[in-house]
Amino acid sequence: MLQIIDRRNDSKNKSAVNRNRFLRRFKGQIRKAVQDAIARRKIADIDNGEKVGIPSKDISEPQFHHGKGGRWSVVQPGNDRYLTGDEIERPEEGAGGRGSGASLDGEGLDDFVFTLSREEFLDIFFDDLALPHLIKTQLARITEYKRVRAGYTSTGVPANINVVRSLRGATGRRLAAGGPYRKTLRALHAELAELEECGAGDGERAAELRAEIARLLRRIETLPFIDTFDLRYNSRIRVPAPSTQAVMFCVMDVSGSMDEQKKRIAKRFFMLLYLFLTRTYEHIEIVFIRHHTLALEVDEDDFFRSRETGGTVVSSALELMLRIVRQRYASNVWNIYCAQASDGDNWEADSPKCRELLESSIVPLIQYYAYIEISEGEPQNLWREYARVMTSHPRRFAMQQIAGPEDIYPVFRELFRKSLA
Amino acid sequence: MSEMPQPLPTGSEWSFESLELYDREIGRVAREFGLDVYRHQLEVITAEQMMDAYASIGMPVYYHHWSFGKHFLSTEKGYKRGQMGLAYEIVINSDPCIVYLMEENTMPMQALVIAHAAYGHNSFFKGNYLFRTWTSAEAIVDYLVFARNVIAECEERYGEEEVEQLLDACHALMSVGVDRYKRPPKLSLNKEKERRKERESYLQSQVNDLWRTLPQGQEREAPQNERRFPEEPEENLLYFIEKNAPLLEPWQREIVRIVRKIGQYFYPQRQTQLMNEGWACFWHYTMLYHLYDRHQLVDGFMLEFLQHHTNVVFQAPFNSRRFGGINPYALGFAMWRDIQRICQEPTDEDREWFPNLAGGDWREAMDFAMRNFKDESFVAQYLSPRLMREFRLFNILDDPREPTLRVRAIHDEQGYRTLRQCLAEQYNLGSREPDIQVWNVDLRGERSLTLRHFKYQGRDLSESRDAVLKHVATLWGFPVRLEEQDEDGEVRYLTEVRIDRRKENQRP
Repeated sequence: MLQIIDRRNDSKNKSAVNRNRFLRRFKGQIRKAVQDAIARRKIADIDNGEKVGIPSKDISEPQFHHGKGGRWSVVQPGNDRYLTGDEIERPEEGAGGRGSGASLDGEGLDDFVFTLSREEFLDIFFDDLALPHLIKTQLARITEYKRVRAGYTSTGVPANINVVRSLRGATGRRLAAGGPYRKTLRALHAELAELEECGAGDGERAAELRAEIARLLRRIETLPFIDTFDLRYNSRIRVPAPSTQAVMFCVMDVSGSMDEQKKRIAKRFFMLLYLFLTRTYEHIEIVFIRHHTLALEVDEDDFFRSRETGGTVVSSALELMLRIVRQRYASNVWNIYCAQASDGDNWEADSPKCRELLESSIVPLIQYYAYIEISEGEPQNLWREYARVMTSHPRRFAMQQIAGPEDIYPVFRELFRKSLA
Repeated sequence: MSEMPQPLPTGSEWSFESLELYDREIGRVAREFGLDVYRHQLEVITAEQMMDAYASIGMPVYYHHWSFGKHFLSTEKGYKRGQMGLAYEIVINSDPCIVYLMEENTMPMQALVIAHAAYGHNSFFKGNYLFRTWTSAEAIVDYLVFARNVIAECEERYGEEEVEQLLDACHALMSVGVDRYKRPPKLSLNKEKERRKERESYLQSQVNDLWRTLPQGQEREAPQNERRFPEEPEENLLYFIEKNAPLLEPWQREIVRIVRKIGQYFYPQRQTQLMNEGWACFWHYTMLYHLYDRHQLVDGFMLEFLQHHTNVVFQAPFNSRRFGGINPYALGFAMWRDIQRICQEPTDEDREWFPNLAGGDWREAMDFAMRNFKDESFVAQYLSPRLMREFRLFNILDDPREPTLRVRAIHDEQGYRTLRQCLAEQYNLGSREPDIQVWNVDLRGERSLTLRHFKYQGRDLSESRDAVLKHVATLWGFPVRLEEQDEDGEVRYLTEVRIDRRKENQRP
């Protein structure tokens, strides 16, 4: 007897276990691939899955095989040119006598390429940054819910009663329910008027009519003014939507002392802030400002690539940022975040000016200002001035001296705490 | 036919009812042609489940290992990019025979798969001598469940990493872990379970016995007096290790055994791919045409079916971009069709080459061939000159002593026999894969294990050998040596792998 079994709804992802084991086993290589990917990615792309490649030889499953050398004889189809005894030049690759079966798709020989899902990718990204678990789950979650109005319902909590709607309903109900009475009433009134006109206003019939009219009026009066049936409540539903818009300023020192390694750490720092913002805001713009002695607004490529020599004047960047904010991001519509990365160098006389700018103009305009100093040495004058800003604005200003990606998170601690509350 | 056959449902959408109707009609045709099959069971699955099945070599249940995850990822990548279609079907040599149908297939595809797998492959599994003697269709699924449970249990008890390491090592030896000539005992789940405990203690005692002689310092006896072990070289490395490796725990032996048993189960499939695929193609083609001739199938159905069919049995020439070796579906299909043709309409040439076939009953001839051959002998016996011409086969010889490659034979009168012999050799697993045997164990000295590679046609081992040897050493627990023996008997020492015992001892 034939059996047909529908397995489509059976356990999906039977291979999930095997997949996880694969990822775990090659964690080292995958992490490296992810790091390369991060260096390559645009900041706003952080939130996607990633195609990663790891060297095939690392993951090969060895078996005993024949190698090169030795006598090989091979039978092939489609002979269109050879006769017995013909001699053929050896193909370039040495002992290629095994046939022309060279790989057709150039890819896949050196690297084993596969796609990490968004969750897997972020997981590895977060691992480096030493994020607390709670934050990780919060950032990895896709949907933020927002309650929006969605008409009216007939059930709900008293706080949500919509008075106008409820009363309108009640009026309608009263009109409808009282209609038949009023119709009879009108007829009775007419008859009564007729009787009164004929002078029979004191007769038996008239008394009967009056009693009937009074009864009907009572009836109408007993119709409830408002019934539970009339109540209407404002309805709100949860829709997955972040709320508003934000702009994120990335400010980075590109003077000669910022080497590739430092820039890479800075990139992680910007990415983390971006990731946080995507969870909270619907629309995010990023402005890149790089500076040495002069500040310039650039696109992302130039931001991370270029390297200039010369001194450093941080205030130039802050001034530029302030100008951009005033021109393009009027602060009541935009939530402004700023992330600054530098190696701590600044022209001595400029640092007090920076503090001045921050305290008087910038900090009041923005939501959060995060500063990292990527250096191992003794903090310099800029750090000292910034530290004063931090004491006066502890909730909006954070700074940290860091050596590696795992130190980044504390800069945002306050920020994340706020959003979790 | 007693009753008028009903036309089968048309259209490309399939439904469970139409699957049943098609299966019934195809089954009826199969019976008319006298195909002997196991019961079968159709299972409808999604593309993703198909990829899952791929990753575990088509088995419905399998133990967990990272390598299956790797295979899944690479299949998934290919599929998503549209580089490859998934195979239309996977069929499992079990009783009942399980056939997977992919949800996305159209009705003509499902019909093709049913004919191909549920009747074609199925009858091959049931009839071919290799499958009959080497696999136990009724026990395999139960055994796989048993295997998965044992391995899961070991993971829980001894740690995933420990088990993974062991499986890595066993997988590396899977291809040299089969008995090629000795017939293995039938699988039986109950016996396996019952005897598992018993075997554990017994095996351990055997091993202990073997190693009873304690190494006696530096002093070594003359080689002549030493007991040689193994007395005969052993071709099945996994078997040898399971029985004799000195340091393995009983549970480790059990896992080695599981991998070995499963490898053995797949061995016939590797030896009969050409025949098996060709046979299944022949039958889906023949049976569906038969239904068409009886007006049970419409033209639209046949067009779609033929498009898939011709794709499957296409053979690209050697100089084409699409060439990837001889397509077993193409050659196999052509050979079975050819046997049918030789029986029905033999030419003079056929009469000369196949006097026993020409003019005979084709069903009988094919049945005989299906039952009693494997790829190598099948080609040697049945490849006809006509097919060699049709495929325009030619043979190239690559001899490192010569400056150039040489065309040794083409499809002409002088070349037929050479070609046939060479092609048959190409399907001989014994020469395609290196011949490596356990040669000696140094019982009294450092307990090293010596493997010997018997060279064939001067072919060396590939670089992966060092990695494999490391795995052997992990299993054996003592140094492993590799030597090679030329065709003229000269023996050469190749390499040796030692494992760092100190590290080993540090573990609790």
